[in-house]
Amino acid sequence: MSNGRNREYNYAFLDESSKREIRRSVLKAVAIPGYQVPFGSRELPIGRGWGTGGIQLTLSLIGPEDTLKVIDQGSDESVNAVNIKKFVGICTDVETTTDTRKATIIQTRHRIPEIKLRNDQILVLQVPIPEPLRIVEPKEEVTRKMHAEKDYAPIWLQLYESIIKYGKVTIPTEYPCMVEDRYVMSPSPIPKFDNPKLHDADCLYLFGAGREKKIYAIPPHTKVVSLAFEDVPFEKESFKGKKCRICGSTDTYLDEMFDSVTGEKFYQCSDTSYCKEQCKR
Amino acid sequence: MAYVAVSGGEEAIEESIKLLDYYRSGTEKDLELEVIEKKMSLLVDRVMSEAGLYAPTYAALALKQCEGSTDEAVFLLRAYRSTLKRNFYTTVTDTRNMRMLRRISAAFKDIPGGQVLGATYDYTHRLMNFNLKNEDAKALHRKMIDKIESQDKEEITSFGRVSDELKKEGLLDIYEKHDEKPFDVTENLLEFPAKRSARLQTLSRADTGFISGLAYAVLRGFGQVHPTVGELRSGYVELEVLYTNLPEETIYIGEILLTEVEAFNQAEDKNQLKLASGYGAVFGRNENKAIAMSVLDRELETGGDYPPQDEEFVLMHGDCLEMNGFISHLKLPHYVTFQSKLDAVRKTRGKKNE
Repeated sequence: MSNGRNREYNYAFLDESSKREIRRSVLKAVAIPGYQVPFGSRELPIGRGWGTGGIQLTLSLIGPEDTLKVIDQGSDESVNAVNIKKFVGICTDVETTTDTRKATIIQTRHRIPEIKLRNDQILVLQVPIPEPLRIVEPKEEVTRKMHAEKDYAPIWLQLYESIIKYGKVTIPTEYPCMVEDRYVMSPSPIPKFDNPKLHDADCLYLFGAGREKKIYAIPPHTKVVSLAFEDVPFEKESFKGKKCRICGSTDTYLDEMFDSVTGEKFYQCSDTSYCKEQCKR
Repeated sequence: MAYVAVSGGEEAIEESIKLLDYYRSGTEKDLELEVIEKKMSLLVDRVMSEAGLYAPTYAALALKQCEGSTDEAVFLLRAYRSTLKRNFYTTVTDTRNMRMLRRISAAFKDIPGGQVLGATYDYTHRLMNFNLKNEDAKALHRKMIDKIESQDKEEITSFGRVSDELKKEGLLDIYEKHDEKPFDVTENLLEFPAKRSARLQTLSRADTGFISGLAYAVLRGFGQVHPTVGELRSGYVELEVLYTNLPEETIYIGEILLTEVEAFNQAEDKNQLKLASGYGAVFGRNENKAIAMSVLDRELETGGDYPPQDEEFVLMHGDCLEMNGFISHLKLPHYVTFQSKLDAVRKTRGKKNE
């Protein structure tokens, strides 16, 4: 992957004190699960909104012994994933992999891998809008106060109204969760399918929002509950009766596609690494 | 030159304009129009788009004339446009027949016709390339031309839209063909509620920064938040006008470079949901503007309490010429009005100046 490290830049691009500052924010985030820790987001040679929060986390954590995997929407080959991997490669020289099991740091956008991650692995999620209350309140000043006062009535009301109107909760991705009965948190735009993986996990989940300048975390074995009512339970995306065209999986998150020639619709695992592994079996 | 002198202002202005030539002269090297047009093409595209005049060479000239200021260049082109006779309206152009340079979908990995990444800065690392300080321009250009000429030509095929597929499935509304003559905002006063054609025309000519900022506000929460770019395509489309004597016949008058976007949002449909699309189309390769336009088109369609959903707020404040005209007018003398303000203020403070 890498063509050798560019020695004109510091190891992992950022200067050492910037990396330390980010790690301190990470420690705070780990200490207060689900709380959004503000940080001095640095400019990177990659556009804001293109995963710069995740990249800054990765850069601040990565060392020569690490093995990096980057996925975008579950895929290792996606242009943005390849691009980020290339960038980290240029400034670190670390080994990269597509094998989820071999990676120590996995940076991802919009998915959590299908296989269960271990306690020696860190999943870094790229976050566009870290504020789960943004859908009910556009002003940052107000949402900060709402978190401080644990005033989550508006978001519950939002869920309730959507049930009244549509009979179900209509939030697609970024489905909000309650962390350790204290903070409502956005899981980043992962599908609801992935929300349960956040609960009582073995790995560390780190969330980075570069443009919005926030970091938050879910440490191992944290209680994470997707918001729902007793009589209207949380519901994941359903792929009932559908399976992956390549590996035949029926229990994974599937991408809907159209054949570029015939226009025919089909399904395929979004987690390409998992799909390959299933095919080898 | 004293700014305040009301009398003798004429001379001051003349000298000021001469001084502009000093700034513009810069160095002994000439800035050739060809160089601006061919090497600053994204800037040229932006100026043409905001000016609402597709004329690359004139845009280059305008940029040369005003030290590269986009708003001044737009001003020049718009003013020049007013001097041109409006002979024809083109017939409806079907962008399915676009000669494609780039076509992507953020909604589906694979789309009928396939994705074409084309040229984009999106995946470049924004690191300064110091090699460009001294570049052999001739060799580079030759190399590129040779490379293109050595390739086999492909038949231009028509690409259906991603939205066509969703329409087939009933997830997007299908509209009857609407051949009403568009409302021309360049010739009519914009009225509210604005017709969609007026809205789209206004947005397409709007200041890139203004509509990008508004669309960004939408994404951050001052609106419906985060649509999906169903399809973005850039390429050349052919323009035709009706043949005067034979109404069935059309004449090809040339081609223009366009960027077109369809963005999908969730929308209400009685007691269920559907998808609705916002549309953006701008001159040249200006993708963020086209996306921003599609976001705002949808926001204005739904309406709401936030500024980007308010027709008047959006459509009345985004015109490059108008906004800069009015802002710069603040530099004009306001002696009289200011005096009046002073007076009012003083009066509230115990008539100290009497």
